[in-house]
Amino acid sequence: MIATLAFYLFAAILLASATMVVVARNPVHAVLFLILGFFNAAALFLLAGAEFLALILVIVYVGAVAVLFLFVVMMLDVNFAELREGFVRYLPIGGIIGGILLVELLLVGAAWTVSPQAPLLIAEPVPGAVTNTQAIGRVLYTDYVYLFQAAGVVLLVAMIGAIVLTLRERPGVRRQNVGAQLARARDETLAVMKVAPGAGLTVVPKPEPKREPEPADHGGHGHGNHHGGGH
Amino acid sequence: MTEFLATPIGHFIFVVAAILAIMIPVLIGVAYLTYAERKVLAAMQLRKGPNVVGPFGLFQPFADAIKLMMKETVIPTGSNRLLFLMAPMLTFGLALIAWAVIPFGPGLVLADINVGILYLFAISSLGVYGIIIAGWASNSKYAFLGALRSAAQMVSYEVSIGFVIITVLLCVGSLNLSRIVEAQQDLWFFVPLFPMFIVFFISALAETNRAPFDLPEGESEIVAGFFVEYSSMSFALFFLGEYANMILMSAMTTILFLGGWLPPFDIAPFTWIPGPIWFALKICLCLFVFLWVRATFPRYRYDQLMRLGWKVFLPLSLLWVALTSGALMLFGWLPTPA
Repeated sequence: MIATLAFYLFAAILLASATMVVVARNPVHAVLFLILGFFNAAALFLLAGAEFLALILVIVYVGAVAVLFLFVVMMLDVNFAELREGFVRYLPIGGIIGGILLVELLLVGAAWTVSPQAPLLIAEPVPGAVTNTQAIGRVLYTDYVYLFQAAGVVLLVAMIGAIVLTLRERPGVRRQNVGAQLARARDETLAVMKVAPGAGLTVVPKPEPKREPEPADHGGHGHGNHHGGGH
Repeated sequence: MTEFLATPIGHFIFVVAAILAIMIPVLIGVAYLTYAERKVLAAMQLRKGPNVVGPFGLFQPFADAIKLMMKETVIPTGSNRLLFLMAPMLTFGLALIAWAVIPFGPGLVLADINVGILYLFAISSLGVYGIIIAGWASNSKYAFLGALRSAAQMVSYEVSIGFVIITVLLCVGSLNLSRIVEAQQDLWFFVPLFPMFIVFFISALAETNRAPFDLPEGESEIVAGFFVEYSSMSFALFFLGEYANMILMSAMTTILFLGGWLPPFDIAPFTWIPGPIWFALKICLCLFVFLWVRATFPRYRYDQLMRLGWKVFLPLSLLWVALTSGALMLFGWLPTPA
């Protein structure tokens, strides 16, 4: 009873927010409605007993993808009046494309036949007594591990492509080299001086960047040989 | 009594009571965390801290709360009113609903769900929305800059948090938070997974926008970042949300690495103290380190923050995932599925 009510509630909000994604004039509102839609889809997954899929949907789509989406959309400077301008002019062609898609969908829907084996699959969505997290893990990482890895490689190639397209080397940019900074020894940068009162400093011998390791016989006065002051 | 609890109404009342029993200590903890922060910072800077309102200044958090409630709520004219008011509520609400799955002791958990750790991860990754929406709805450049910084920062550090969680899960074999704690019966995970413990804690600092990663606020450059336009209760909700998130991340650190409600040694004087007390003590220890870090380190530069997240933590945590799974396979320590 409650589950049925919850299903209709979430499904109704999902459809309403999906409509608002298309209808909303402000793109930021559209993305926020998209996020609401993701949440309701996750709730529907939960009602179906697929808690792993529900939370992965929230983590991946809401927690990462939609954040970046919102990030980009917020920075757009959209002129809303200009957007509405060509509405009447583009209405016929848009209507024709929409009509064709609708007819195609109807044809596909009419030709759809449900396999007689399908109800058997519904009867036991998860084999045995394992949780659906383990069932998904078994399917992805044991049964179809190579296909899964191949999908990963495809995504990696797409990512490398995006980086190659946008990467540009600008000459003359000074970058921080953390390794070099950390590898720098005290002797190379610092010389401790003993200055007699009123005497001032004469030329300070600058330590060379690369030096032979000195014999370790300096003991407590290791920097004594660098002192240039005091004359 | 048990028959009454079995009825739907009795169950409903029981759940509401359980929610209150979690919520009220968390809110009191948030109030006293602000007090503790001021006291700890003061002690580290050789000052006294709040000491006027009540004995040792103990009523200071309530004085602050009353002051904030009495103030006027200012809504900027150019802002998006609905989203402007929704953002702080979202931040605060998200900081509280995560507590539903936290186990305070053996069996002491409101919702003992199979995928508890994923739920926590999902909720903590949603925290960024309050900040982004606040920054955008304020229609102010400082707020917007803060929101952009926060979005990039939180998305970056979530990646390494995810990998750290995976290493822990490999050692547990379950996504249930109670199972994670029980798996540390013999050895808390911060010992074998010590580098991951450090990575997780630093990422938790970044995820909660705390010093030294508090660039979204950055009061010296972008005044107060995303909440510069907020006042009164709307500001208070952001403030409380940030502190509740700190407590939540400390609880997560405790569950994943410090053995949750388990005593440090399973022998007499330690086992007398009940589990929830141990849990609270460990959370306090983590929170103290949060405050200690704030008193010690200067704010990071933004490019260094990004470098640390993507070029240091991500490869390191990925390497540890591979190492841990390799070691578990090699020595046959893989946990058997329950």
